[in-house]
Amino acid sequence: MLSILQALWRMFLHAFRERVTVQYPEEKPVLAPRYRGRIILSRDPDGFERCVACYLCAAACPVDCIALQADETIDGRRYPSFFRINFSRCIFCGYCEEACPTYAIQLTPDYEMSEYKRPSLVYEKKDLLISGTGKYPGYRYYKVAGVALKGKDKGDGLEEEEPVDIRSLMP
Amino acid sequence: MQGVITPLVMMIAILVSLTTMSAGLIWMERRLLALWQDRYGPNRVGPFGLLQVVADMLKIFAKEDWVPPFSDKAVFVLAPAVIMTAVLLAFAVVPFSPGISIADLDIGILFFLAMASLNIYGIVLAGWASNSKYSLLGGVRGAAQMLSYEVFMGLSLMGVVMLAGTFNLREIVEAQEGLWFCVPQLPGLLIFFIAGLAETHRIPFDLPEAENELVAGYHTEYSGMKFGMFFVGEYLGIVLISSLISVLFFGGWLGPTLPPVLWFLLKTLFFITLFILLRSALPRPRFGQLMSFGWKIMLPLSLLNILATGAVLLIRA
Repeated sequence: MLSILQALWRMFLHAFRERVTVQYPEEKPVLAPRYRGRIILSRDPDGFERCVACYLCAAACPVDCIALQADETIDGRRYPSFFRINFSRCIFCGYCEEACPTYAIQLTPDYEMSEYKRPSLVYEKKDLLISGTGKYPGYRYYKVAGVALKGKDKGDGLEEEEPVDIRSLMP
Repeated sequence: MQGVITPLVMMIAILVSLTTMSAGLIWMERRLLALWQDRYGPNRVGPFGLLQVVADMLKIFAKEDWVPPFSDKAVFVLAPAVIMTAVLLAFAVVPFSPGISIADLDIGILFFLAMASLNIYGIVLAGWASNSKYSLLGGVRGAAQMLSYEVFMGLSLMGVVMLAGTFNLREIVEAQEGLWFCVPQLPGLLIFFIAGLAETHRIPFDLPEAENELVAGYHTEYSGMKFGMFFVGEYLGIVLISSLISVLFFGGWLGPTLPPVLWFLLKTLFFITLFILLRSALPRPRFGQLMSFGWKIMLPLSLLNILATGAVLLIRA
């Protein structure tokens, strides 16, 4: 009996507590920097697309909402000729970001992407690609990877050793 | 002619204000529950979200009036009407203030108890006619709960009747001119309050519609306005029990300075708020606990209360 009265009193005191509700359209919630929202494709500091169209994001995606097609420039840079994310299927799990070897695909703290038509939720590469570097400023994939480009041979990368001459017997 | 029109107007006025009030209670309950759960509740539609009820009503009226093909159709349609009718009939004897009551019955309390018992027909019939296991379980639970709580609900009021010497609700209020019955009849008040909770199927005793085990209990198969009638009937029941608590134990319309109707309204609203606070604070017991609580604790207590009241009255006489 006493505990019931105590419960009633405790509950009554809650009337004077601070509200937890965020009155959304007028008041926006504070999002964590690592919030998993709208997906973007970033560029490296020189303005080149980071994406090398390795398909790892599409393979990692549990709902198969990523579609892309690999292509290659004359310089030897791989890039997606199209990159499509169907946000009506996307579950914002962030597996694509985890799978990406070049920090190209990133999730951002933005969730306001409601649309009136379902097809509007299919984002093409022009909608996804941003002009900045996203969460990883200063990262250039081709600088640290042992991939040859026009103007950059094997062994020219950062902290990269000269390639081994496999025909030589010398150590 | 005059003798017919005045009661008719009063009846319609009371009917309209009661249904409006019970609809407004839906808003009030949602806002108060939110208040005690650190939320805001409906606050978008109209001032303070008051028009939320209007929006909900419009929606519920626009819904398809669907009767499940497996149900007993005639009874299925009848059941919600029974609930509404029984509760509204019980209001006939409630004295809102001197001069404002529909029927000044000499057996007012008995009439109220009879109507409150009739209420259960709606639940049992709804549970039976729905022809689904959850509804049936809800209906059976409702019947069992009503049987065991009706007994001491009546008994808890006998102390008041002994003190006032009448079954007439108006005279009971007038008998409280000096001292409200909540003081000499405190056990009676507590017992009646608990019985009233069970009678209206409010949260600690809402086993007939226990959502987590019975989907929605006896009104599982109902939708649209038929469900709305169960809903409004439940809120009307809360208003009824709250107004009876204030009439029987807190002197009804009695009170200084303010007009009598306002006093009645204030007291009733206080108990409605208490009902909602209880809902926000208490969990639901098992059904066995509910039954044993009724028969093993409340029934002996109410009998003891009658015994003590009778003894005191005899000694004084």
